[in-house]
Amino acid sequence: MQYLLLIYESEKNWDAMSEAERNKIFTEYMTFTNDIKTSGHLRAGDALQPTRTATTVRVRDGKASTTDGPFAETREQLGGYYLIEAKDLDEATRIAARIPSARYGSIEVRPIMTFS
Amino acid sequence: MQTAAAIEAVFRRERARVLATTIRITHGDFDLAEEAVQDAFAAAIARWPGEGTPDEPRGWLVAVARNKAVDAIRRRVKLRDIVAGEPVTDAAGAAELVAVPDDRLRLIYTCCHPALATEAQIALTLRTLGGLTTDEIARAFLTSPVTMAQRLVRAKSKIRDAGIPYEVPEASQLPERTGAVMAVVYLIFNEGYAATAGDAWIRRDLCREAIRLGRLVAELTGDPEARGLVALMLLHDARRDARTDARWSPMPCAVGPARTACRPRSRRSTPRRPAPRTPTGGRSPRCSTSSPGGSRRRSSRSIAPSRSRCGRAPRPACR
Repeated sequence: MQYLLLIYESEKNWDAMSEAERNKIFTEYMTFTNDIKTSGHLRAGDALQPTRTATTVRVRDGKASTTDGPFAETREQLGGYYLIEAKDLDEATRIAARIPSARYGSIEVRPIMTFS
Repeated sequence: MQTAAAIEAVFRRERARVLATTIRITHGDFDLAEEAVQDAFAAAIARWPGEGTPDEPRGWLVAVARNKAVDAIRRRVKLRDIVAGEPVTDAAGAAELVAVPDDRLRLIYTCCHPALATEAQIALTLRTLGGLTTDEIARAFLTSPVTMAQRLVRAKSKIRDAGIPYEVPEASQLPERTGAVMAVVYLIFNEGYAATAGDAWIRRDLCREAIRLGRLVAELTGDPEARGLVALMLLHDARRDARTDARWSPMPCAVGPARTACRPRSRRSTPRRPAPRTPTGGRSPRCSTSSPGGSRRRSSRSIAPSRSRCGRAPRPACR
């Protein structure tokens, strides 16, 4: 099965970190990504630019509107994702628990819907 | 008539195990397994009176349920590859299907998976292991059958769609997951011990079901904590008649008649296994909790043995 691991964390915390702390986490991410690549679990993964760069698009009554930023202010923001292949939910959650941000923020594990 | 009684006895004894094995065979499809097991028991009612009760009723039922499931899957063309194979028609084939450690264990861990909401864990456990109908569970939790049915459907589809495994968890996760199972059992007991809603303060049906499930977990896992939990529930349950007066009003412990309080549920109330110890060799916390220091109003027969097992001398707690 494929699962999308959505990484939520507080951008404020990230901004408040020192350069050394950020580098340490960055290195941890590199190691983790390499590990799941080697083990064959990784399908895709990216980090996202912060929400201040985000734009929201909606179409209402056939008319598109474009606004700045995400719709609602939340404590944690989507900061990145991994798409992985795992045997079952238990394997997926074990991998999710190894994502460095799991220690500061939270990881949402979502199975990919398959249409057959 | 004798056969009808025999089938009913087999149903009561084997239903959960047959269901647990069938869920494994159908790769975690709870709905399909439930239907197949129902069909298997219907087949037993139709055939056993004429053909006689088989030597291995569980193997027979599982084989029939499996074949019913295969038929159903064949009808659902896109799921055909889940269960491949020819129908099982002989005793050897039936024996092979049940020749694995008790599938009820997988069932318990799956129903109490932390990815399911607590209410869903409780409902699913009562439905699949307890064999309660959706209406009964709805009544027990004072919600409408429709709401309860939706809760069960959502839980079952999450198991299927999120890929919650139908497995006993690996050793490293076992203590935590067994803890979750026991939490569900104890929540069921607690709701019975001091009902949060409804007219009755004590819901005996729920207490009884929790104790039954607790015994099953203790028996299957051999976990000392689970045995401690059973002892704890039995201890509280032994006082059920002394907690209310004739008009069902709560009665303080000091007023309650000692005789009512001292009636153990049954001889089976008392754990007979060796001293429960945690895997690290320490004393089980629940075992310690369930061996109280000196409440004079509790049953000597149900307390004394667990006391001695926790390293204290057995001493009658009430006369």
